[in-house]
Amino acid sequence: MFSTSGTRGPRTRSHDEHTRPHARRRALLTAAASASLLAAACSSGSKGTQATPSLTGDCAQYQAYAGHSGTTVTMFASIISPESDSLQKSWAQFTHCTGIKISYEGSNDFESQLGVRVSGGNAPDLAVIPQPGLLAQMVKTHKVVKPPADTVSNENNWAPIWKQYATVNGTFYAAPMSANMKSLVWYSPKAFRTAGYQVPTTWSDLMSLSAKIATSGKGKPWCGGISSGTATGWPATDWLEEVVLGKYGGQVYDDWVSHKAKFSDPQIQDAMKTVQNWMLNPAWVNGGFGGVKTIATTTFQDAGKPILKGDCWMLQQASFYEAQWPTGTQVGPDGDVFAFYLPAAGSTQTPVEGGGEFVTAFSSRPEVQAVQNYLSTPQWAEARIKVARGWVSANEKVDKTLYTDPIDQLSAKYLTDPNSTFRFDASDLMPAAIGSGEEWKAMTAWFAQGWNTTQVAQDIDSAWPSS
Amino acid sequence: MSAPVHPFLAGTASDAASKLGQSGEAILIFFGVGLIIFVAAGRATGRLHRPMTITVLLGPALILLAVGLVIPAIRTIYLSFYNDDSTAFISGKNYTWAFTNHSAQQALINTLLWILIAPIVATVLGLLMAVLVDRLRWQSVYKSLIFMPMAISFVGASIIWKFVYDYRAPGRPQTGLLSEIVMKLGWHNPPDWILTHPLNNFLLMVIMVWSQTGFAMVVLSAAIKAIPDDIIDAAKVDGARGLAMAFRITLPMIRNTLIVVLTTVMIITLKLFDIIRTMTGGNFGTEVLANDMYSQTFTNFDTGKGSALAVILFAGVLPLVGYNIVLLRRERQIR
Repeated sequence: MFSTSGTRGPRTRSHDEHTRPHARRRALLTAAASASLLAAACSSGSKGTQATPSLTGDCAQYQAYAGHSGTTVTMFASIISPESDSLQKSWAQFTHCTGIKISYEGSNDFESQLGVRVSGGNAPDLAVIPQPGLLAQMVKTHKVVKPPADTVSNENNWAPIWKQYATVNGTFYAAPMSANMKSLVWYSPKAFRTAGYQVPTTWSDLMSLSAKIATSGKGKPWCGGISSGTATGWPATDWLEEVVLGKYGGQVYDDWVSHKAKFSDPQIQDAMKTVQNWMLNPAWVNGGFGGVKTIATTTFQDAGKPILKGDCWMLQQASFYEAQWPTGTQVGPDGDVFAFYLPAAGSTQTPVEGGGEFVTAFSSRPEVQAVQNYLSTPQWAEARIKVARGWVSANEKVDKTLYTDPIDQLSAKYLTDPNSTFRFDASDLMPAAIGSGEEWKAMTAWFAQGWNTTQVAQDIDSAWPSS
Repeated sequence: MSAPVHPFLAGTASDAASKLGQSGEAILIFFGVGLIIFVAAGRATGRLHRPMTITVLLGPALILLAVGLVIPAIRTIYLSFYNDDSTAFISGKNYTWAFTNHSAQQALINTLLWILIAPIVATVLGLLMAVLVDRLRWQSVYKSLIFMPMAISFVGASIIWKFVYDYRAPGRPQTGLLSEIVMKLGWHNPPDWILTHPLNNFLLMVIMVWSQTGFAMVVLSAAIKAIPDDIIDAAKVDGARGLAMAFRITLPMIRNTLIVVLTTVMIITLKLFDIIRTMTGGNFGTEVLANDMYSQTFTNFDTGKGSALAVILFAGVLPLVGYNIVLLRRERQIR
């Protein structure tokens, strides 16, 4: 989803000077303690050594995490009920077998609260961070702990690009937990069948289908909405990101994120023109709402509703849009609504734009590492999939037959496709001044006030932080 | 799953207890120090008496003023000369940005429009209402009704007006009151009100006028009633009627109140934030200074630009406040 990576500020002072002496003293104490323990163990035979208990039966699969019974690991995340209930159910058996309790706390205000807690010396053991930018910000505080070896090797089941998003200054910090897919187009299979339309598999098919619908006189081919309170504009950034990635590929996309390629560069300008001919095309939008400008005042939640009435045929929106359909709407390949993969706008091989969350550790206690290791395994992902639908992992080892929801199945197929070109949502990666500031504003003006692409680009480029 | 006491809850409880203890201590210390100072000041006699009294009575107010107003203001001015995360001095670049950047310019122009139009319209309408309603029976009922919007917060008012300006394509069921009314009156294709620039600025001003007219009316009505009867009688004897009465007697007599009402509404307008944030978020060419200041600081995390806008806003409010004080002083001297 969109992000409000709310933690750019002067909170980057190194805390090393303060923590090091304590850490050293604690290490000495621990050494002394274990030495005496060892001595005690030697003198009294086997008594005193903490032998790892062996788990049996259903619990045998958790043997690797045994030996930390009675400990508690705190976890802080932006995921709130009911999604967080599914998370807690997914590790209930792990807790039962290993005795490690995971104390979970979810907050709507996670992005700003995490920074406050970490710099206040009150960091959770584990934090689930949805924006790579925020992760980098946390690493700057020197409080983030490197993951254990097992987590690192488990991470290799994800596409290599994921490792890059969790890597700051050459060090890998956090394994991804879940993934979502944005390269989808919502449509009505029933309406398509009645009208005799085929699901397009190439960009030119998509464009000619749009033109065909536009001249058919039955509604407009596309609908859209970018209004979202103070985050107004974010769906429009997704449209541009899809086109940049599909047309020019991962390298240009990465350069664009780091501002090596400016918004005013010919390639990005060309991508904006493509969006202009698509979502700003007066003949093609905004089905069920009015003209192009209404995209700016339509909420993203409402945008797809005209598809159900036949006023509009297609909506580009992420997998999580599934939750927005009215209750009773059948979602599936033969249902009222479903989604198809948005074909590449150019020669990029299977471009997939998406997002995800990263499990970040602020403690290296063995039980914390055990939880970290467990959450990075395909076994945990499968346990989570079995609890409830609407959740996808991009771990390639996960058994895809476990997904029961057709949108989850579709998302998982593309997210784990080794031949796809996956990229993280660019506005989550850009500096907050752009990614949750000027880009949203300028793109809203593009739709609402008829700014041209040069004007939009100039506005965003000039707002890019100089440092 | 039956869990023992949630560790976070336990932590919060002990946290709260220790914080309560700390604040208790702080209050005790405060009273203790206060007592000592007052006793000491009371004992001081002779040459020390006067300076001591001044310090004791004025000190706390000055300290609070410094902590709450002067120091933050100086810090804001200081920060406005630094970059986004306040790590490098960039001299006047933030100000150059504020006066040359397209969207910042828009915010400045809009704010100027707002302070020129909204307060004047609200005051004039308030004056008209005060004069007209005064002659009606049941005037308190009408006055309460006109005053009522004042009791609604700007956010609440904005949400109400959002429904008024709501747009649906012609031919579909209309949800916006304004569209529905003008369509019934024969305008078949009304615009999307909130998107039509520069009209949208004036439509937003209507909300401010709607909410402030009642205030202007109540204050001005009181001022009109306070005009001494003998002056009015004398004017009548001299033959003043209607407009002459209004322009020669009533207006000059309530001039000061009029200016206070006008400047008060102007200051409210300068600080205008809630209406813009709720209605448009500063999009569609309706940005104003206060909202841009907030967005720059808390959305874009650019403390420098945010501070520069705050300083400009401060500089704008200053003459208005100053004029109000001068006026108040003059009035006091007359009496």
